[in-house]
Amino acid sequence: MNNDKVIQLHHVTRIEGHGNIDILIKDGRVERCQWQVVEAPRFFEAMLRGRKWYEVAHITSRICGICSIGHTLASLKATEAAMRVTVSEQTEKVRKLLLHAENLQSHILHLGYLVLPDLLNVPSVIPLAATHREQVLLVIKLHRLANEMSDLLGGRTTHPQRPVVGGFARWPTVGELEKVRRKLEEAMEDVEILSDLFKSLRDKLPQFTRETEFIALTASDEYGLYDGNIASTDGGTWSVDQYKGITNEYLVPHSTAKFTKHKRDSYMVGALARFNLNYDLLAPRAKEISKAFGLRPINVNPFMNNIAQLVEVVHSMVDSMKLMDDILKGGIKNEKPAVTVKAGRGAAAIEVPRGILFHEYEYNKDGECVYANCIIPTNQNHGNIQKDLEALIPQIQDRSKEEIELTAEMLVRAYDPCVSCSTHCLFL
Amino acid sequence: MEKTKVAFFDFASCEGCQLQVINLEEDLLQVVGAVDVVSFREAMKGHANDYHVAFVEGSITRRSDEARLKDIRTHAKVLVALGSCATLGGINCLKNFQEQDYVRKFVYGNKASQYETYPARPLRAVVPVDLQIPGCPINRKEFAMVVKALLMGKRPEIPNYPVCVECKMAENICVFDKDMTCMGPVTRAGCGACCITEGSFCWGCRGFVDDPNVDSQREILAKHQLGVQDILRQFRLYTGFSEVAK
Repeated sequence: MNNDKVIQLHHVTRIEGHGNIDILIKDGRVERCQWQVVEAPRFFEAMLRGRKWYEVAHITSRICGICSIGHTLASLKATEAAMRVTVSEQTEKVRKLLLHAENLQSHILHLGYLVLPDLLNVPSVIPLAATHREQVLLVIKLHRLANEMSDLLGGRTTHPQRPVVGGFARWPTVGELEKVRRKLEEAMEDVEILSDLFKSLRDKLPQFTRETEFIALTASDEYGLYDGNIASTDGGTWSVDQYKGITNEYLVPHSTAKFTKHKRDSYMVGALARFNLNYDLLAPRAKEISKAFGLRPINVNPFMNNIAQLVEVVHSMVDSMKLMDDILKGGIKNEKPAVTVKAGRGAAAIEVPRGILFHEYEYNKDGECVYANCIIPTNQNHGNIQKDLEALIPQIQDRSKEEIELTAEMLVRAYDPCVSCSTHCLFL
Repeated sequence: MEKTKVAFFDFASCEGCQLQVINLEEDLLQVVGAVDVVSFREAMKGHANDYHVAFVEGSITRRSDEARLKDIRTHAKVLVALGSCATLGGINCLKNFQEQDYVRKFVYGNKASQYETYPARPLRAVVPVDLQIPGCPINRKEFAMVVKALLMGKRPEIPNYPVCVECKMAENICVFDKDMTCMGPVTRAGCGACCITEGSFCWGCRGFVDDPNVDSQREILAKHQLGVQDILRQFRLYTGFSEVAK
């Protein structure tokens, strides 16, 4: 009997961008097992050359539709670092809120639209609209709320216009903020229902573990998202301008995206990395969710990244309400951004839904971009996805082809990869 | 009655336009109720070649992508380009203007043979396109309007007047009076002048109106002390490909 299995998943579905999984099991041995990134490269760093300082965030936002807020904020912070611009407390708070809005939107999209169908054995969320209508409507409701938050703070849900170098071009009103604050409070109940749904499906997430390094931003006084130092579960913290010593980008022949490695062959970034490094600073209600799933730091099951996202959904909602209360206490001042254009170089990091994101720019005295470098979370995860596949497939090689296929896809999906992001450039 | 079969595809892009389709939220359920989605890689598993309408996001940036687009064209009775990248070439065309040695450093490095690229272009530079939904990203209401029109067998109306018209209706202060520059006078409306309303200026993401008064726009920009390079920079952000084509 021929037990050879050839698995060639061309353009894995329900992820952002184009990637293939290529597996060959021959005579009971895994002969080939590869995560291939085939997205068309886009050369953003080359595109930025010569563009003005106020255009750079507008352009880098277009690296990714799903994480456009994160790219915008990382870009603004890097430009501000390069020109030594300081921003107001109000700006920082509203940016943190905006980042929460994106994390909520992205995590809910991933969990509800992209992951849930796997756990319920259907090809997409569309059939669930008939079989699990109540839950689907709940996912949509939460997704819409997150998007409303982005609209209110950023101007629109994708490619925000309001955040600019030095601050915001337009502020929300007290009334608008209060309204979203109320909706968030009400939605806490909905998240509990969603969480119960995932709890009932917990067994569908494979029990797979592999020791690896986790990297995320860490801050002393809050769950690190908008600011902090780079930290690793293998020990050590570094300031953001030392980022290239962490990422060590390299090229592999079968991929149009760069890979990265630090202390081991690969490392992981994203919700699970943040959870593992910053658990203590999560909101108590978020910790409760993680306990209900038996998720504790340091967890080394990549499939649990999904649950870490769920934990972060709760954290982002709770922390958003806290930030809003804080802003509302003092009222909203109509501050205007003030920027003095000067030459300089600066780097910034921010935690976006899929992990730590770095932007670095250099400007000449006219405020024209002469150097740009962006290192995207998914690039940092590609190596880890590959290593996970290499460890996972031999463990399940005796199962049916369909089962292996689904498990491999679920692994890639658990990382919530953003492939078009990760092929933003080549050769620097 | 059999539902119209539709499919979504993407090339070099941020997938933000397809995200706007998902962002239709509750209305998305109505859309997927009215049509039969046979392919939407970003959101569903499975794929079929049997479709009537293809929505395509992204620019064509490498020769090997042309075959995929041509294949989509042969299956689709109606091919709709989604967003700036697909309709104009958009931001992707910025790389077309980099000095050759600089681009070469990126593209034709020592491992050049593994990675192909060529000047970015809109879909219509490769295959005939039936309809274009402009914007970066597309406006989800406009997308829903186009779907509705297609299902009713009508041709959707995309505005052919400049953003200034909508900007006036939004009662914004003119951007030029705030000492900023703006592409609004030559850019196709339909966005509700959203960027200006949100405190920014028009970047030109929806492309030119059919008969743009380009000379006048150049004059306006020059009047506001912008040099030739600055003016070119503004025109090139989204509409660089048309400049090359001319």
